[in-house]
Amino acid sequence: MSVIVFTLIVLVGSYFAGLLGSLTGLGGGVVIIPLLTLLLHVDIHYAIGAALISVIATSSGSAAAYVKEGITNIRIGMFLEIATTAGAFTGAILAIYVSVKFIAVLFGTILIFSAIMSLREKKEHITGAKSFLSRRLRLDSSYPVEGEMVEYGVTNIAGGFFMMLFAGIISGLLGIGSGALKVLAMDGIMRIPFKVSTTTSNFMIGVTAAASAVVYLQRGYVHPVIAMPVVVGVLFGAVSGSKILVHTKSSGWLRWVFAIVVTVLAVQVIYNGLTGKL
Amino acid sequence: MDKEHKHKRFKDTDMQIVIGWLLRIGVYVSIAVVIIGGIFFLYRHGRTVADYRSFKGIPGFVQNLGDIMHNVVLFRGQAIIQFGIILLLATPILRVIFSAIGFMLEKDYLYIFISLLVLLIIIASALSGSAG
Repeated sequence: MSVIVFTLIVLVGSYFAGLLGSLTGLGGGVVIIPLLTLLLHVDIHYAIGAALISVIATSSGSAAAYVKEGITNIRIGMFLEIATTAGAFTGAILAIYVSVKFIAVLFGTILIFSAIMSLREKKEHITGAKSFLSRRLRLDSSYPVEGEMVEYGVTNIAGGFFMMLFAGIISGLLGIGSGALKVLAMDGIMRIPFKVSTTTSNFMIGVTAAASAVVYLQRGYVHPVIAMPVVVGVLFGAVSGSKILVHTKSSGWLRWVFAIVVTVLAVQVIYNGLTGKL
Repeated sequence: MDKEHKHKRFKDTDMQIVIGWLLRIGVYVSIAVVIIGGIFFLYRHGRTVADYRSFKGIPGFVQNLGDIMHNVVLFRGQAIIQFGIILLLATPILRVIFSAIGFMLEKDYLYIFISLLVLLIIIASALSGSAG
């Protein structure tokens, strides 16, 4: 295959990965790795490097919009980034010592978990309970709901912090944003409103990915020829996705289609990883 | 107390605007650089064979920042792409630095410390990469 054909296939594939990732909230990174490894037989290390870079682009791009709207909680983000960057650093180091088999199985598992998470019903729950720690760390805040500012509290900070450490390790190990784990930590454990959780998770993904990307870049995982179409495709796909989301509210059936596709991909990655084909 | 609260809110909104602006510019500029590099690269090497089945690292002339900058000036496509990628990577790191400055303006010492700690972890990670 010539470089130009390879670039075009990756560009188109990445565009759809970015589009679906943004429509379902899963992120483009999780689809890029199976696309590159299973379809184009790209070495998994190059795939992880390229995916990680695309994650930084989409997260920074969409975080820019959310931050201005005042939904993102910058303090929660900064505080929890201690955990995610430390985790990402650890994950990038661990990546040297684990086998491709292990990475494939872990990746497949996280993929299936993310698909299930994307199907979950999104409930906005607001807790008025303000813990001692959240007061000290000034995490309690308010966010706009239909033009009115609604106050919220933050609980179980230690639990959320540990979950973020884990999310960071996964992100550093697999080259994905691990947004599903971040949202689980904030919305599920810390009882932060869902909208604040997703936007703050997005805000944190770029910094988390950067913490491991600085290692991967030096290790030669980020190949310019592979990363170029991946970053450009995923970013434009994500932009299109966010435009579609503004116009259509219900993407219920799409979530299901995507969840099934992702699960099939996950099984493929696990199978190919275990049989040594990756 | 109420007055102080209002004052802080104002500064937080300021920081949100600056950070939003920084992230947007960072992504736009770096993607533009990546695309320009891609055009140069494809124009010259588009017909060569793409083979990334086994891991061979990256070409020698894009392995460190000095070499990358040297080859950017020579309009070598892969170097320009890699430079764009480094700009993209720098965007969230700059965001942490901008947050630290924002918290300094707010005199929020706890969060100045937290921002610097995050920055320190990223620097440690970068250094560990160059060592290994």
